[in-house]
Parts: sequence; structure tokens; C-alpha cells
Amino acid sequence: MIAPRRWLPHPLLSLLLLILWLLLFNTLSLAHVLFGLLLGILMPLFTQRFWPGSPRVRRPLHLARYALLVLGDILIANVQVARLILGPVKKLHPAFVIYPLDLREDFSITLLASTISLTPGTVSADVSPDRRSLLIHALDVDDEVALIAHIKQRYETPLREIFEC
Amino acid sequence: METIIEALVALFLLIGAAFALVGSIGLAKLPDFFMRLHGPTKATTLGVGGMIVGSVLYFSTRGEGLSLHELLVTLFLFITAPVSAHMLAKAALHLRLRTVERTRGEGALPRGDAE
Amino acid sequence: MLALAIPIAFALMSLALLLNLWRVVRGPDLPDRILALDTLYINSIALLVLFGIHLDTMIYFEVALLIAMMGFVGTVAVAKYLLRGDIIE
Repeated sequence: MIAPRRWLPHPLLSLLLLILWLLLFNTLSLAHVLFGLLLGILMPLFTQRFWPGSPRVRRPLHLARYALLVLGDILIANVQVARLILGPVKKLHPAFVIYPLDLREDFSITLLASTISLTPGTVSADVSPDRRSLLIHALDVDDEVALIAHIKQRYETPLREIFEC
Repeated sequence: METIIEALVALFLLIGAAFALVGSIGLAKLPDFFMRLHGPTKATTLGVGGMIVGSVLYFSTRGEGLSLHELLVTLFLFITAPVSAHMLAKAALHLRLRTVERTRGEGALPRGDAE
Repeated sequence: MLALAIPIAFALMSLALLLNLWRVVRGPDLPDRILALDTLYINSIALLVLFGIHLDTMIYFEVALLIAMMGFVGTVAVAKYLLRGDIIE
């Protein structure tokens, strides 16, 4: 008996591939489910060498909750940004903010940067070479410290719980 | 029942189109590159997402079963929009583009150290 | 109701595309133009989806997906070119 980690190294990736395959063909027929399963098992096996430090999801349920949180925030963020854009330009206070990172793994930093780019008035612009801080451009900010605290509490803490400890 | 769904589809399409337009207005109106970056990455992406939700709703209620494959486009856009925004921002930092004078925190920028 | 909503949405999207085009022409810098082109292709995806509903056909889905992929690769390639002066190192 081979250990499951050997022939199914990334169970979540396999599931994702299956779902993508079924979405692409827009069907739930048995043939496509089987073929999707086959692809979902074979593709991570063949590409395993390209994924040296694969991210471990410790709490899949928290990940789902995080996705819902981000989705809700994207909706609110867009109404805010729409108001900022349509309002008078003179009133905006753009700023560059250096955000100190607590996350250490590349994958979770990427997720955090993407989240920041999609939510209220902030775009992540650069990661420092030592991966200790993110450079964020904010469209309209009065208090940089409050912005950093907000991101830390709302997005980074859940991500740390999910991926790192 | 038919009318409710039709109204919902119409609503999603209009909201989506409105957000896409807001994103483009931001792109055309705001004064410097980094501010312009905000409109397309957020508003336009959500706008297209909204229209695609409308499309899913429309094609799923035609009596030919669920049709979710348009969601792939949304998913792809939501994953790629932050990445392209990040790349463009890095390129702009590298090229030392001008920012609006009242932008704060500019002293700390890692200008032009892309290597 | 859809018969009314679809032309309005078409009008809004066309306006958005024109604004993007204006930014492409106007510049002033290369990243601005790339960003405008990026927005242009995303908006054209929305236009395609709208057109599919208008014609009551799903045939444009693959086109939309392909534009999304090619557009992303194109944007990243050009941004990378600006950053490094080279695409594949």
C-alpha cells in the first residue's frame, strides 16, 4: 500500500482541477467526471517537481470563510472606490504606505497582496527583497497607522491561522 | 417567475456595466498613474464579474440545465487582476513615474532597484 | 425588461471603451498605455458576454476565456519588458 501523500500530493489542487475541467465542459456526465479525476490525479504527480515548498492548508474551513469575507469586502470596497472616483479629485489624499509583513511563506504573501489589491482603495505595488514588507499605494488615506492595523487584523491574522500555525 | 429572473438579469447587467464604466472613468480622470491603477483593478474587474453573474443566471434558466462555465472567466479575472496591477506598479516605480504632489510617503520608495 | 437593459448596458460599455481608448492615445507614459490596453480587453470581455446574451447564444464563451488568458499574458509580458528590458531571461 502506497501512502496517500505519494500518489495524491496535493488533494486540494486535484479537486480544483476536477472542478475546472467540469466547468470548462459545462457538464456533469460520468465520462467527464472520470476524466477530470484522472487529470486531477495525474497533473499534480507530473508537475510535482515544480512545486518545491507546497503550501499546506491547515484549516480548509477557515479558508472558505476567508474567501467569503474577501468577496463581501470586494463588494463594499467597490462602492467606496466608485464614490472616490466620481467625487472631486482635489479631495483625495493618495499615499505610499510601507506595510510590515508577519507572513513568511511566498504563497501566503501572494494571497495577502492580491487581497490588498482587490479591497478598499489600496494596491500592493512591491515586495521588499527580504520579504519583510509590502509597499502599498492607497487612493485616499488619512491615517496610515490605522490602515496598517486594519489590514493586519482583518486579513493577515486569518491568513496566518490558515497557513502558518 | 420568468419576470423576476429577467429583472434580476437586467439588474446584474446594468450594475456590472455601471461599475465597468466607473473603472474606466477613474482611468481617464485621475491625475497620476498610481491613482489610475485603482479604477481598473477593482471596479472594472467587479463590473465584468457582475455581468457574468447575469449571464450565468440567464443561461441557467433557459431550461437546459445549469450553466456555470462563464464563472471560469470571472475566476480567472479575479486571480489575474492583482497580478497585472502589481507588475504594472513595479514597472512604473522602475521608470520613476511622476506622482501627484500631495502623495505622502514617497521618500521611502524603492525607486529603480528592480534588479 | 431585458430588451431595455441590454441596449443601456451596451451604451455604458461603449462609453467605457471610448474612455480607455482616449487614455491609450493620451498616455502620457508607457505604463499608462499598457494599463489602458489591459482595461480595454477586460471591457471587451464584458461586451462579448453582453453580445452573447443579446443573441441568446453561448458560442462566445470560449472567445471570452481566450481573450482573458491572452490579454493577461500580454500585459505581464509588456510590463516585464519595461521592468527588465527583456521578456525571457
